[in-house]
Amino acid sequence: MVAQTMHLQVHRLACARGERQLFSDLSFELRGGEALWLKGRNGSGKTSLLRLLCGLGRPLLGEVRWNGVPIQRLREDYHRQLVYSGHAGAVKDDLSAWENVAMGSALAGIACSRAQAHGALASVGLDAVADRPARALSQGQRRRVGLARLALEPLPPLLLLDEPFVALDQPSVQALCGALDRHLERGGMLVYTTHQAQPLRAGRHGQFDLDQWTSC
Amino acid sequence: MLTALLLVIRRDLLLSFRRRTDVLGTLVFFIIVCTLFPLGVGPEPEMLRTLAPGVLWVAALLASTLALHRLFGADQADGTLEQMLLSPVPLALIVVGKVVAHWLVSGLPLVLLTPLLALQFGLDGSATTALALSLLIGTPVLSLVGAIGAALTLEVRGGGVLIALLVLPLYAPVLIFGAGAASSAVATGEVAAAPGVFGAQADANFLLLAGLLAAAAALAPWATASALRISLE
Repeated sequence: MVAQTMHLQVHRLACARGERQLFSDLSFELRGGEALWLKGRNGSGKTSLLRLLCGLGRPLLGEVRWNGVPIQRLREDYHRQLVYSGHAGAVKDDLSAWENVAMGSALAGIACSRAQAHGALASVGLDAVADRPARALSQGQRRRVGLARLALEPLPPLLLLDEPFVALDQPSVQALCGALDRHLERGGMLVYTTHQAQPLRAGRHGQFDLDQWTSC
Repeated sequence: MLTALLLVIRRDLLLSFRRRTDVLGTLVFFIIVCTLFPLGVGPEPEMLRTLAPGVLWVAALLASTLALHRLFGADQADGTLEQMLLSPVPLALIVVGKVVAHWLVSGLPLVLLTPLLALQFGLDGSATTALALSLLIGTPVLSLVGAIGAALTLEVRGGGVLIALLVLPLYAPVLIFGAGAASSAVATGEVAAAPGVFGAQADANFLLLAGLLAAAAALAPWATASALRISLE
């Protein structure tokens, strides 16, 4: 489904927050079926790098390219290719769990019926609370509501996940790993941050330690 | 495109409906201000009729300023706004949807309440129509222009005060033409047989107000979208 020719290229990226330079001269390339684990201490710039990769942030220097074209130029076309899950889960307290999934997905340009949303919630083990408002869910359950989007088809090729395993219980972590494995097997790409190593079956599972890139 | 627009409007209306108290707060504020004026100023009908357009317009303007922080605030807090920026739907279109929904819950009710409040000021039928019409054309401009201010002050601490400072100068022309249209209509109502629908001067004000609406509708969504991108960078 996902063409093998797709690639994400980071070219000599530099990023600063305020006066402090987080990293500079950072380059790597990611192709279909490959996963990249960003690690580093708190404040080393993992989230900032993910935000640069999806185009929410603007780099100090360098650029991010999708299939060779700078993402600033692609904008909406690039957005169609990616799913970004940030620290804030984009889960609305006032909507029920299934409404959250359906509206989040529709906003991302993938129409989603009530039945499909229920199905996605079932795949993360939340079918019992699908009609409850998100306000009434626990932190881990809210997190899973946010991640239920990964169970909806068609899934864009590039996943950018910021701390996806935080607040999840062990079965949910395994389920998420399974979903990510399937995505990678189909030739998808994944960039994620976490503090705990996760066994993923990627064609190439790169690691990126941002601590070593911090320019002092 | 249109489905995305309708989706955003439906979503925001649903969210407002689940948070009715916030919406009612704005309306109650508008009603209270408009009701206190006749009590405070005194019962002379002549003076009340002259005051009415200005009072209702200022109250509507303040009520709409109070509601502005709701436009993007909640979406920013829970990360939905990031997802909107990353949506394949153009951001300006999402902004239009949000502004329309915002106007439907914070602007349109003010227009609908106007006939009731106009009674307190002893306005006659044609003057009430003119006042409601001026608010109908004017309040969308307030929402559109206010959205730019709301987007710019998103990440600023104490943004509420800053929104007011940023947006109120831009609101001034809307207030002048809107209140002007309504008060000239009130004045011509007394001197019957003036040319035009509500009298020549009122008509001129209405046209200028409609011009402002056209300009705001064309430009404000783009400006708001850019402001959001800058704010979230």
